[in-house]
Amino acid sequence: MSALALQIGYLARRSVIRTFRQPASVFFPFVFPFALLAVNAGGLDAATDLPGFPTDSFLAFALAVPFLQGALFATMNGGTDLARDIQTGFLNRLGLTPVRGVALVAGQLAGVVTMGFLQAVVYLSVGLAVGVDLESGLAGGIVLILLATTIAASFGAIGAFMALRTGSGEAIQGLFPLLFVLLFISSMNMPRNLIEIDWFRTAASINPVSYLIEAIRSLIITGWDGQALALGFGIALALGVCALAASGFALRTRLTRT
Amino acid sequence: MRDLHGIQVEGLVREFKNGPRAVDGIELEVAPGEIYGFLGPNGAGKSTTVLMLTTLLPPTAGTARVAGFDVVREGPKVRSAIGAALQEVALDPLLTGREHLRLQSALHNLPRPERRRRSETLLERVGLTEAADRKVNGYSGGMKRRLDLALALVHEPRILFLDEPTTGLDPQSRNALWEEIGRLAKGEGVTVFLTTQYLEEADLLADRVGIIDHGHIVAEGTPASLKAEIGRSTVEALPAEAEDRQRIASIFERFGELQPGSPRGVAVRLATGDDGLANIVRALDAEDVRVVNLKLHAPSLDDVFLEKTGRSLEGAGGDAEPEPVAEPVSS
Repeated sequence: MSALALQIGYLARRSVIRTFRQPASVFFPFVFPFALLAVNAGGLDAATDLPGFPTDSFLAFALAVPFLQGALFATMNGGTDLARDIQTGFLNRLGLTPVRGVALVAGQLAGVVTMGFLQAVVYLSVGLAVGVDLESGLAGGIVLILLATTIAASFGAIGAFMALRTGSGEAIQGLFPLLFVLLFISSMNMPRNLIEIDWFRTAASINPVSYLIEAIRSLIITGWDGQALALGFGIALALGVCALAASGFALRTRLTRT
Repeated sequence: MRDLHGIQVEGLVREFKNGPRAVDGIELEVAPGEIYGFLGPNGAGKSTTVLMLTTLLPPTAGTARVAGFDVVREGPKVRSAIGAALQEVALDPLLTGREHLRLQSALHNLPRPERRRRSETLLERVGLTEAADRKVNGYSGGMKRRLDLALALVHEPRILFLDEPTTGLDPQSRNALWEEIGRLAKGEGVTVFLTTQYLEEADLLADRVGIIDHGHIVAEGTPASLKAEIGRSTVEALPAEAEDRQRIASIFERFGELQPGSPRGVAVRLATGDDGLANIVRALDAEDVRVVNLKLHAPSLDDVFLEKTGRSLEGAGGDAEPEPVAEPVSS
């Protein structure tokens, strides 16, 4: 195995250990999205009576949202952990070893990816347990988990970039409401074509979060929708690549070792 | 041949954006196996110098070679030759001591059996074997410092940078750390670059001392030579009978220049070395003069600092050093 892969592996192990030693980082991403899902599914069930609503189960429609909420938690937790490394000087300690910059960021994301994967498995399992039918079948479930994990990794990269740029855990915490607003002005509670308010529909249409939700949702309520999946994977990967590239630049500025 | 190299610094400068020159053209040389004490108040430029020498901060000007490698052009080679425990204890509170050592040794590319052996050896050496599987957030300040030192030693560096390693430690932990630093230098031939604001620490540990103030090195030499440079010891006597003050002053005049002392005492700066004290005792005894207290005040490094800067080192701390502003490396 190459030295880089080994370095990523060592740092990934640390990232996973650290994530699971913070109960708040594990508890809230699993519990909070279900609480919001329960409220929304209970309160907005009548929306399924609207002509053109794509399913008669609002629970199935809304089940896509926890996957995105979980990814938001991943952004915050991954970013906060990296910011703490900067604040404590641990990043400098790592910088004094032969470790490569790309390994520092990639290893750091391992905890986020692991959490993203576990969250996706739990969200999907709970959804199936409460009666949601997965229209895309078992293979769709696997793709759904893969997509959700990819989204978590991309959002985690955004958190890493913010951490490297600001060096402040508080700044990362401050980012969370902003990302939450992005979630709310998406198609999270209503298909875009049924949103009547023009500005909201426009905002939801230019909001990349809408397409991520719709890709996950398509696997649950539609079956195999190539366009939705291409958009979902494409946007997730594009966000991830951009965030990783930005993180690379930010790391070069943050860790000015010669 | 590389092992024959210590640290050579020429005209090293670090300027921060919108700030002062934290380090302003310093020159210094540290021989292999030497403990070099870098002494100065807060904000003098000590930590900035360490960051540059450990390749974590590019210099604005000047050159520095560490272990024979240029800190700007050969950063990775410098890093493989050095260990560093920086000012803030850089640990992950959620990992255990043993996990820290395993991670650090793995990132230094030590083979797996060597990692285990080295981790256990270092844990034992710094007295953390029993606490090795506890998370670091439960460690005391002294334990964290000791682990920090162990991490700096994991790849058996030839040069060790310690930036104020005993700040905030209790006397027992401080003594243990001093012992370990001395053992590393004298027993294993590790070159130690030690920054401190504690006079006692520099005096006790360092073979040579550089005193830095406002980014300039204002004095350099062995502690003994620096102290000898600024003057000789002073002896002060407190007579048992107040009327004996004049007689003591007459005796003291034979041994040097009288100095202002405490209101009831008589003080003299010795013209000869510290053996003058014994002669004074004999002379007082011969003339049957009784004293209740007789003390020898040897010049300290604080006196050296006072002489060179016009201020006392103790309490001379100015503003903290400007936080290094991250800038891209130009190499």
